[in-house]
Amino acid sequence: MSEPQEITPIGKNDLVGMVARLFAEGYRLVQIGCSTLQSGYEINYSFDKEYRFKNLRVTVESGEEIPSISAVYANAFLYENEIHDLFGVIVTNINIDYGGTLYRTAIKAPFSVENVKLPEPPKQKAGAPSQPADKPKQQAESPEAEKAEAAEAQKE
Amino acid sequence: MAHKNVIPFGPQHPVLPEPIHFDLVTEDEKIVDALPSISYVHRGLERLIEKRDFIDFVHVADRICGLCSFMHSLGYSQAVEEIMGIEVPERALYLRTIWAELSRIHSHIFWLGVAADAFGFESLFMQSLRLREGVLDIFEATTGARVILGVCKVGGVRRDIDAETLKGIVNRLATLKKDLEEICSVFIDDYSIRHRLAGVGYISQQDAYTLGCVGPMARASGLSMDMRTIGYAAYKYLDVEPMVETTGDCYARCLVRIRETFQSIDLVRQAAGKIPEGPVDIKVKGTPNGEYFSRVEQPRGEVIHYAKGNGSRFLQRFRVRVPTFSNIPAMIKVLKGSEVADVPNIILTLDPCISCTER
Repeated sequence: MSEPQEITPIGKNDLVGMVARLFAEGYRLVQIGCSTLQSGYEINYSFDKEYRFKNLRVTVESGEEIPSISAVYANAFLYENEIHDLFGVIVTNINIDYGGTLYRTAIKAPFSVENVKLPEPPKQKAGAPSQPADKPKQQAESPEAEKAEAAEAQKE
Repeated sequence: MAHKNVIPFGPQHPVLPEPIHFDLVTEDEKIVDALPSISYVHRGLERLIEKRDFIDFVHVADRICGLCSFMHSLGYSQAVEEIMGIEVPERALYLRTIWAELSRIHSHIFWLGVAADAFGFESLFMQSLRLREGVLDIFEATTGARVILGVCKVGGVRRDIDAETLKGIVNRLATLKKDLEEICSVFIDDYSIRHRLAGVGYISQQDAYTLGCVGPMARASGLSMDMRTIGYAAYKYLDVEPMVETTGDCYARCLVRIRETFQSIDLVRQAAGKIPEGPVDIKVKGTPNGEYFSRVEQPRGEVIHYAKGNGSRFLQRFRVRVPTFSNIPAMIKVLKGSEVADVPNIILTLDPCISCTER
């Protein structure tokens, strides 16, 4: 069973506004998850309303700050502290900031770009289209992104 | 104005011998603030994807927690199967559902036992654990293991259950149901238990929703939310309805778990009656290239398994968001304004699983 899942890539400056809109529409915050990329991080903000699963995706470079959404969703503070402690991403204005003490880890930011070794993508056969390591094929994108992809495919 | 004191609760407490700590700020006997601390035993299992390929990693997912072992391997397998477009055989989906519901039964009965011990009902604790043994025996008979089942895999399940054994499981659960009714009547009707739980640890429906509550904690506050209704595994073929209470207190959370235990017994009966013949696994070809958020209803609520691959045999990222982590903000809200004497019962009725949280 494939559950429809929307992933909408957004800029970090649009984050709080879009999150506030989802809050006003009655979505609950399901989770905030971070993934390490080759030179930065991809942060997924997941929301749900009546089993409709939506994701906002912010991509940042290593060392870049992101704003907290804990002013909108009070429960975001745990996820944001987790992202700070495990990945080293700086999240500004968290409502309850543990200051790096939520996770007591042996090494600082164990999931950071410096510490994580990402797997190499398989070598492409000659003539096959290449795929960037940081942007693998996504199973379900936002409707806008899907339309853009379809238009690109038509051009080709 | 009363003087403020900070009372440490945990990481070792007679009621909850699991490493979670709360700094309880009190005025007289009232709690005015609570600050949680976790990560005493954080294991960093998510980073083991660097060492285990996507087929082997299911064994790591299985070991995230003892009580929810099967649910983690199920969630992980589903995520990888969705990325790779694997059609799991129907029989395997039914078997997964049966083991998942048995896991819920044993987890909830275990919780009832621990709760009884916390109330001071020691023989009720013994009775609960005695009944739970029957479920562990079923696990042993069908998977060869009692806690870490190791039976789920990408593409299906490792073992089949023959028709005769399935009939035996349904009969054993029918007996278990009768025994459970007897002990559950104590939980539901006993004056002391009601006195300790009713009206204690209240959280409103609105707060439960905005603070991200999941599982029995959300349903006890009137939120009709259960990931099984989205129809993963064989739930799409079964009658599943969220067990909802509306009072939002510790007693409601206890009632939800009791009703869910009986519901799970019925779901196993339904699944055993409808299970089709056929293979229990499919050969996995290729490697995962893409991403998926798998959502599964654990005994403690919605769990998210996120997997992302780039076509190599090793995943780029695996993340688990466990229900306890999602329930912590609501736990803080519930504790504020409570009496110090009620803290053990409140935390217990939220059923925190630190093994999952410290994945």
